Amino acid sequence: MALTVDNLIEWINNFSQKVNEHKDYLSELDTPIGDGDHGNNMARGVNAVQESLTNKKPAELTDAFKQVAMALISKVGGASGPLYGTAFLEMAKKSKDTTDLGELFTAANEGVKKRGGAKVGDKTMVDVFEPLAEKLTQGLLEQSEIDEAVEGTKDLVAKKGRASYLGERSVGHLDPGAMSSGYLFSALIETEGIL
Amino acid sequence: MSLGITIVSHVPEIAAGLPKLLKQVAADVPLTYAGGTDDGDIGTSMEKINQAFDDNSADEILAFYDLGSAKMNLEMAQEMSEKTIHLYDTALIESAYTAASLLQAGVSLKDVEEQLKPLKVK
Ligand SMILES: Nc1ncnc2c1ncn2[C@@H]1O[C@H](COP(=O)(O)OP(=O)(O)O)[C@@H](O)[C@H]1O
Ligand SMILES: [Mg+2]
Repeated sequence: MALTVDNLIEWINNFSQKVNEHKDYLSELDTPIGDGDHGNNMARGVNAVQESLTNKKPAELTDAFKQVAMALISKVGGASGPLYGTAFLEMAKKSKDTTDLGELFTAANEGVKKRGGAKVGDKTMVDVFEPLAEKLTQGLLEQSEIDEAVEGTKDLVAKKGRASYLGERSVGHLDPGAMSSGYLFSALIETEGIL
Repeated sequence: MSLGITIVSHVPEIAAGLPKLLKQVAADVPLTYAGGTDDGDIGTSMEKINQAFDDNSADEILAFYDLGSAKMNLEMAQEMSEKTIHLYDTALIESAYTAASLLQAGVSLKDVEEQLKPLKVK
């Protein structure tokens, strides 16, 4: 029950698959409260991640996280690029000291908050990262918690990112970045032996 | 120590167009820009921003951007750059124009920043 290079790759492959499978849905979510590109952005990013991990199999966890980060930073294009990129860079740094996913995701969440300036309640991926990092730390992450965190963004007024330009009109729509973050956590609980 | 300007926009044409306006009042100020993603789509690219910092002949740069994600990529590029990069959360066109005219007139960074303050919009 520990994070290794092999199960990390399995986890990231599963995440990439989910992003590609739900690419149109993610862009659809980004249409009423954004510019309709989140699915395409993320798909471009995870495909670059796949390419990087296939071309050069990382030897250490830190390298693996770093490769994921660099591919996302250079290929996503939208706000989610530097945000997911920062999340994985922070995990890369933290992975030098620990393989505990609660600690790794806590560091990732802090990085995302610092990079984007969002807090819980601003209708962004932080509304998924923060509560689920907490659940991971407690060893209690389940799909129902993931669904709840993602669904919870629906009633919120966007305070950060493009959706914030719509103010109150953003209410009633799921946040696309929260949904893609949900896939990252779902992929994690589906990976055998990682938690 | 010279001061330059870098413009970052989601749209390649905006990034390339604004310097044309600035050059009219700031022929001698080092000006570079980064627009769009690596593939030239709408978005921003940390690598393009890095390149714009490198290509700028100044070693201290005032950077102006359009929307939120440009700022995030700018900050990542700023952390990687050896140059001193100043970021402003100001109205892109007006503030870049203000900075360009003042730098051309030899105004100090501190005084330029004073003039930029009322243009803060984000
Ligand atoms: N400042 C921010 N802090 C945290 N998350 C953000 C911020 N800005 C945007 N996001 C997340 O990014 C998602 C949008 O990503 P994407 O569509 O790929 O980028 P863009 O908004 O540049 O088109 C949002 O749904 C939100 O979850
Ligand atoms: Mg978008």
